[in-house]
Amino acid sequence: MKNIPHTMLVLGSGGLRIGQAGEFDYSGSQALKALREEGVRTVLVNPNIATVQTDESMADVLYLEPLTVDRVTAIIQKENPDGLLLGFGGQTALNLGLALEEQGILTKHGITVYGTPIATIRITEDRDLFKQSLHEIGIHSPKSKAAKSVEEALRAASEIGFPVMMRSGFALGGQGSGVYATPELLKSAAAESLNAAPQILIEECLAGWKEIEYEVVRDYTGNTITVCNMENMDPLGIHTGESIVVAPSQTLNNREYHQLREIACRVADHVGIVGECNIQYALHPHTGEYRVIEMNARLSRSSALASKATGYPLAFIATKLALHKRLDELENKITKITSAFFEPALDYVVVKIPRWDTEKLRIASRTIGTEMKSVGEVMAIGRSFPEAIQKAARMVKSGSSDLASPPLPIEGSEEEIAHPTDYRLYCLYHYFQNGGTVERAYEVTKIDQWFLHEIEQIVAFEKIIQKKIGDAGVLAQAKRFGFSDKRIAQIWGKKEENIRTMRKKANIVPFVKQIDTLAGEFPASTNYLYLTYHADRHDLPAANQDAIVVLGSGPYAIGSSVEFDWCAVNTVRTLRQQNHYSILVNSNPETVSTDYDESDRLYFEELTEERVRDILDFEQPHGVILSVGGQVANNLALPLFKEQYPILGTSPLLIDQAEDRGKFSKLLKSLGIDQPRWVNASTPDNAFAFARKVGYPVLIRPSYVLSGAAMNVVYNEMELMPYLEEAQRQAGSHSVVVSEFISGAKELEIDGVARNGTIIAQAMTEHIEQAGVHSGDATIVLPPQNVYLATIKRAKEIASAIVSALHVSGPFNIQFIARENKLQVIECNVRASRSFPFVSKVANVNLIAIATHILTGREISDGSFETLELPYVGVKAPQFSYRRLKGADPVGTVEMASTGEVACIGENLEEAFIRAWHAAENTIKRKAIFVSVGGMYAKAKLLEPLRALEHHGWEIYATEGTHAYLTARGVGCYFAYKPQDALTPSLPVLLSEGTIGLVITIPDGIGHDHTTNGFLMRRLAVDHGVPLITNLQVARLLLQCITQLDGHTIPVVSWQEYTLRR
Amino acid sequence: MVGKQSGQKKNRIHKKQSLSQKKNPLSDFFFYSNADLRDDAAYPFHPAEIVLEDNTAFHGVLSSWASDPVRGEIVFTTGMTGYVQTLTDPSYTGQCIVFTYPLIGNYGVPKKSDWESKKIHVQAVIVSSACIQYSHQDSITSLIEWLRGNSIPLFLCADTRALTQYIRMKGSPLGVIRHKGQGDRSLIEFYDPNKENLLQKVSLKKPQIIGNGKKTVVVVDCGVKENSIRELLSRDLRLIRVPYDYDYTKEEANGVFLSNGPGDPALAVRSVEILKKFMQQRKPIFGICLGSQLLALAASASTYKLPFGHRGQNQPCIETATQRLTVTSQNHGYAIDETTLPSQWSVSFRNLNDKSVEGIAHNSLPFFAVQFHPEACPGPTDTRYLFDRFVDLL
Repeated sequence: MKNIPHTMLVLGSGGLRIGQAGEFDYSGSQALKALREEGVRTVLVNPNIATVQTDESMADVLYLEPLTVDRVTAIIQKENPDGLLLGFGGQTALNLGLALEEQGILTKHGITVYGTPIATIRITEDRDLFKQSLHEIGIHSPKSKAAKSVEEALRAASEIGFPVMMRSGFALGGQGSGVYATPELLKSAAAESLNAAPQILIEECLAGWKEIEYEVVRDYTGNTITVCNMENMDPLGIHTGESIVVAPSQTLNNREYHQLREIACRVADHVGIVGECNIQYALHPHTGEYRVIEMNARLSRSSALASKATGYPLAFIATKLALHKRLDELENKITKITSAFFEPALDYVVVKIPRWDTEKLRIASRTIGTEMKSVGEVMAIGRSFPEAIQKAARMVKSGSSDLASPPLPIEGSEEEIAHPTDYRLYCLYHYFQNGGTVERAYEVTKIDQWFLHEIEQIVAFEKIIQKKIGDAGVLAQAKRFGFSDKRIAQIWGKKEENIRTMRKKANIVPFVKQIDTLAGEFPASTNYLYLTYHADRHDLPAANQDAIVVLGSGPYAIGSSVEFDWCAVNTVRTLRQQNHYSILVNSNPETVSTDYDESDRLYFEELTEERVRDILDFEQPHGVILSVGGQVANNLALPLFKEQYPILGTSPLLIDQAEDRGKFSKLLKSLGIDQPRWVNASTPDNAFAFARKVGYPVLIRPSYVLSGAAMNVVYNEMELMPYLEEAQRQAGSHSVVVSEFISGAKELEIDGVARNGTIIAQAMTEHIEQAGVHSGDATIVLPPQNVYLATIKRAKEIASAIVSALHVSGPFNIQFIARENKLQVIECNVRASRSFPFVSKVANVNLIAIATHILTGREISDGSFETLELPYVGVKAPQFSYRRLKGADPVGTVEMASTGEVACIGENLEEAFIRAWHAAENTIKRKAIFVSVGGMYAKAKLLEPLRALEHHGWEIYATEGTHAYLTARGVGCYFAYKPQDALTPSLPVLLSEGTIGLVITIPDGIGHDHTTNGFLMRRLAVDHGVPLITNLQVARLLLQCITQLDGHTIPVVSWQEYTLRR
Repeated sequence: MVGKQSGQKKNRIHKKQSLSQKKNPLSDFFFYSNADLRDDAAYPFHPAEIVLEDNTAFHGVLSSWASDPVRGEIVFTTGMTGYVQTLTDPSYTGQCIVFTYPLIGNYGVPKKSDWESKKIHVQAVIVSSACIQYSHQDSITSLIEWLRGNSIPLFLCADTRALTQYIRMKGSPLGVIRHKGQGDRSLIEFYDPNKENLLQKVSLKKPQIIGNGKKTVVVVDCGVKENSIRELLSRDLRLIRVPYDYDYTKEEANGVFLSNGPGDPALAVRSVEILKKFMQQRKPIFGICLGSQLLALAASASTYKLPFGHRGQNQPCIETATQRLTVTSQNHGYAIDETTLPSQWSVSFRNLNDKSVEGIAHNSLPFFAVQFHPEACPGPTDTRYLFDRFVDLL
């Protein structure tokens, strides 16, 4: 084995989904940087076009291809790599690597896995092997025993001791699993489970134990360090991705801390980690006993957090270690005078809070537990726990001012804290406000009393704030407790601005501190910063005058994903190329933008008006860029403008013209641009009268929100009122409009960049789905394939008129609907949109770089940026996480539900689409389709595609109406019952037997199918991992692809090869 | 400064209040430095400052149980856990210790048998905030109550990071912690513990036999940490624990263990003399921290004061013979001058950060010592194997 390969194949993680988000963009990007530094040629496979790692500057060769054995094998044959890195693309990359090895592909092509060897990965991935391995060196893992009968189960349970956890190995979705406290309870549960499965597992119940993690780094010669430990505030029983996590651990004493540290090092050494791994423990809160729960022999969400929490670039170092570097040969990038062999000492505390989007995903239950539901996270840094946790609470929900402001009405009852939900932190706060005690809270939550005391102290201090109105001393202390100006203003019955003025006058300001990995022990010229009130001086002076501040996008959420991080990173990179001093602000640890080597200064901070102003007041920058961080940053435009901060680009007054739906509609009217009829829903009567006039369905849209939060199609008078209320809640002080809903229309978008009201570059895209599916969930094509030239021309004219009227300087996005060649404008965003990375990379015209040039007043080589005449087609497909979200209805609506996206390029639409569809984790395992189509129109539209499918040897199963329709027209198909019919053959049975390879259910009407059968059919398909299509246009295109590409091998073509054709 | 009483409460000694009284919720907030200070709190604090030799001052609040100015050498430790072990480590005698980690006291204080010696040795404790509402099954009291009970001043510094940076840049200074308004800064008298024989303060007075293992080791107690004793005892030894100036050369022993301890090693003249004499017996010698410096001095090398010492649990070292890297726990202000090391001796461990000597060994005789703390407590346990190495030599 060579120390350094010639060509390294790096596997990415694909579309963002729950459990696997942007943290792998961070790890993959660092890996590529490290490989480049070592002169290794890199080949990256990742269909996630919105990532930084898929930028031209990152890998030598990029394949936007599905992460499947077939595709990667074809790439291997073509690129001939001699090395493979599989620890940087999450579980997807790891599993794919294992599959490649199992199938002998690595051996056949002489590929060496760098970093932790495959054999080690196998041990850490296999529960039994891992337990065995731990046992060899006398390390404890949870006691467990398999049982094949009720008697065996009871015997096992009495050996292990009640309560026990019973797991049914073969049940879907953890059904039948549970904690049982007595033999009687276990007996009946075990009997029931053993009816369905031949074997059950009786395990030691660790619920309520502390959950602790260590991040371990080990080089090939065996030198080992732990970079960070982390403590979950929520005890075991809540997935670590759902837990509030602190770093370093807060409640572990020296013995516990170092005992677990020593075990972490021993296990890493014993199994043979080379690079980075994560080890998770359960620690008994009273006896101090421990159990090793699991080990991840790869970069993970936790390692991304640890990396950002400590300033130790774990992924970068892990890559170097994979190339047989020793830890002492590598530099501590922050001090530059010490080596990478050290354990960071923190002089601050870090709090991570997950970001859930339960409202948007319409999940019945907001309970959190052993399954991950959160879609992102934030990290707050402070010098006390109250300061850090209140910061985190503001970061996670922009708009929430502190722990005192819950995301929904709560009572603060014991009942609320006893059952963990995504808002339990707020419930705890209110529980203490209502006089709840720490002791009682501990009994029902098992959260360590230290955390509870800290929260209780915040509550207690709030009472003091209430008593001492206007007291400067209390104000100073309140800031150390993490209270926002907004909250203090609320308590004191003043305006937020009054508090700020008072604060500034009394010189109560936060101080800038560095994250230097060594707690000040060594001089560090680090640019990695945060603000705290537990200080009395700044670590460094303000940056120079030409600094430009770029606001990032905050936590990943539905609708605000890695694409905005890509925008922020590309803005900062362009600024640096221009020799501007760049300052980035962001709060999301799963990002590349928060890698401290991306900007000249990084503030790991809140994106709230108060904190952004604190930073701007300190730095006094030349300008601020708000238009690349999505809606969170954009929403600060007007407030910051009013306070006369130097905002670069389009005037915030004009941004308001576009964001405020009422104002925007008026503007369109004045420009003579068509739009769906609308009314300002200032009163419900208005809305009702309007709806009656234009007829249902109507669309409700609040202003200033992203990704269609509270945007809804309302089908009847009865539903109108509740939806209006919800929309008004989301819009706050902004307006809500009701507009007519245009069905059967095509949706088009223009992403572009303008200078002083003139468009400099633009790219038009076309949606496959008809209007009614949120643009974030739509399948998008560049360049448009089915749009008349006249329509394109007209769209461009409209765009020019709007851009000119709004005097846009910088990025913008306009959305149109087209029906019968008539164009109407539905939305305009005067900021970078979610599709910027997609159009930039497919057309190889970096819109963000152009926008940055404009924002900083630089010249751009004029000339045309061609985005229409491309010798290939790009397709972007949504990535859903329904499999993780039990109970959520997997059907597309006007409100966005996808958690990520993928995009692929092909010779034509079909090739590009099928690649993208596969890349979004859709695999057809069997040539058998289940169809249930509502309405004659849809049935007719699918008739010929299904006939073609039959000719290509597919089995077709159809429900009653569809079956009758198809057979009457000569398409051979099997009859299948709907789930509620409880007769066979029905979909549940067909799915569980593995008969079905693809499910198409088209609801009757647009997105308006709440019938139990419809929901069950969709849910069953998702739960069985069978691809599901619910949209007619997508269904047609997919069937067309299947028949057209049957027997046709799609070649592997790199992004570089495609774009070189131009 | 925000306290309504600031400036009014100069020099006042406050009576201690019983913990059993109903807790005033305000008291807790004192532990986020620069608190609003109230007289009726369970633990009253008052505006105070640390004044350093060059008259630089750092602000904060000082516990009321320290009425007189506190003097000592100001040092910092970067360890994030293990404050109980740190505070009971006799090597900190004469020093005021700054914890760079801002949340200290979270898990309280356990019973005495878990300490590293019988008492707290530091002159004063300097933290950003100290926790009262601790939580841990092993603990019996809070850090703050423990400090008060032992009359150890607690200074809540407004900016411990700034103070740490000062120490790093200027070297460990002498300093005085005092309540605000205690006279002119230029008239302050400083106390330099390194000019004093601190060993007599921390060493035991009379020899003592511990354990009944097969082999016998003399433990020269210069302020030995209990975990060194625990480590040795767990290896089937009989220990003769002797005062720092006790002549053990006549004792029937298989080897000598030289403990850690405070202060300037060059002042330990008597200890070095005895050690020189014992070295002629060519029996195994193992030194830790001050013990390594004594061994170097006995070998005719010299020691020097590091600018601000090494104090923390994350100090990287390399074992020169094996090139193996280890993370070590350290607490020392002095180091061995490599250039003065005789040719029969080698540097066995080196600090990766500043390349200073972290261990020496004789090339042919069974003498070796390390500057760091293989007994850990606090800190990582990676080098515990050195105890095995010593016992194997016996």
